[in-house]
Amino acid sequence: MIQRKTIQCTINGKQVENVVDVRASLTDMLRNDYRMTSVKKGCEVGECGACNVIIDGECFNSCIYLAVWADGKQIRTLESLTGPGGELSDIQQAFIDEGAVQCGFCTPGFIMTAIEILETKKLYTRDELRKLLSGHLCRCTGYENIITAVEKTMLQRLEA
Amino acid sequence: MYDIEALYEASSVENAVELLQEHPDAIVIAGGSDVLIKIREGKLAGCSLVSLQKLDELRGVNMDEDGTLRILPLTSFSHITKNPLIQEHINVLGEAVDMVGGPQIRNIGTIGGNTCNGVTSADSGSTLVAYDAIMEITGPNGKRQLPISEFYVKAGKVALEPAEILTAILIPKESYNNCKGHYIKYAMRNAMDIATLGCSVNVRLSQDKKTVERLRIAYGVAGPVPMRAPTAEAKGAGKPASEETAALVAKAALEDVNPRDSWRASKALRLQLVEELTKRAFIKAVELSGGAL
Repeated sequence: MIQRKTIQCTINGKQVENVVDVRASLTDMLRNDYRMTSVKKGCEVGECGACNVIIDGECFNSCIYLAVWADGKQIRTLESLTGPGGELSDIQQAFIDEGAVQCGFCTPGFIMTAIEILETKKLYTRDELRKLLSGHLCRCTGYENIITAVEKTMLQRLEA
Repeated sequence: MYDIEALYEASSVENAVELLQEHPDAIVIAGGSDVLIKIREGKLAGCSLVSLQKLDELRGVNMDEDGTLRILPLTSFSHITKNPLIQEHINVLGEAVDMVGGPQIRNIGTIGGNTCNGVTSADSGSTLVAYDAIMEITGPNGKRQLPISEFYVKAGKVALEPAEILTAILIPKESYNNCKGHYIKYAMRNAMDIATLGCSVNVRLSQDKKTVERLRIAYGVAGPVPMRAPTAEAKGAGKPASEETAALVAKAALEDVNPRDSWRASKALRLQLVEELTKRAFIKAVELSGGAL
């Protein structure tokens, strides 16, 4: 018999209630029940970072996070970053400008980690950024452009 | 979807023990960064889980009245690293767990899970062994305490009896007081990798910072479980805090360890690492303690 549980959580600022299968990962729930398709299914064992989302202010690989654990949590995905007309946020634009996107599969995960980094409002060195972004795999870009995009946005936000 | 037969979410420590008594075949899941992966790989497919995830009472780091550091087992690696008590008294532990996996893994992985899975490569293991941590275990018969050296039984096996869970990791004041340590992880990559060898060294220097009063050394991946180096420690105690002592101690450590050949690295490489990392970590620990080599 399938075991289900009712949970309540906030997804991108919206309070929701959902009946989830206890076997579901948070990736399953966000993609299948809420069409948050920025949350990618990559390795599904917590190594590639493509499914990364922010839960209560910290980044987690949603593939190794059970959906039932989301009960009472605030979840943010990449979908929360764009404006009402689909306008890109500064960090998304920086990824495009710096050539940090090629196939795009790793991009939402990287950007959500970038959001966590940017919201600390701290100045990091390139080496520190490299470590903070080390939970993501990109098979296209070679990382340099990604680090540059995050660094550029960090400096812009700190100047503002 | 995970191949899980049933999930039981514990509402308290007592409830977790009850659930484990009711479901003796169930596996305890804390952060899930080991258990869920084993389910995905099929090794634990079809298992039942008792989840401790909601037990916020098992998160955080406190200090008991007698100065004992009480590290609660569900504290994530990143919260260990950020904790002011850890930074002040046993900073080496925060540095060690900051080398686990990557940032997202450090947000979900717990220090209790890192020890209870009984893995020799655990980045927290060697430092906890080097600081003579005491494991507080809660089960059907109440609480008991066990030195971490007796907690590790063999590879993948710790001294938890049926329906028991780890409820605290204690570092007595005598252990951390006036003592600085350093951990070195040797791995093929800087992130998302498992230690080829881990070495944690801590020293207590004399008042004039010239003599090693107490030396403690422990390793991960130098044997089936995290282990101490008693011969090397005895060799260094009472000796000058010097590079000569570092070399002497590092050489002596080879008598204590028992690494194996594995697909990650050969025994020969691991032995070389034991000597080299011991030397480097000893020197760094002496420097952190205010000694001049």
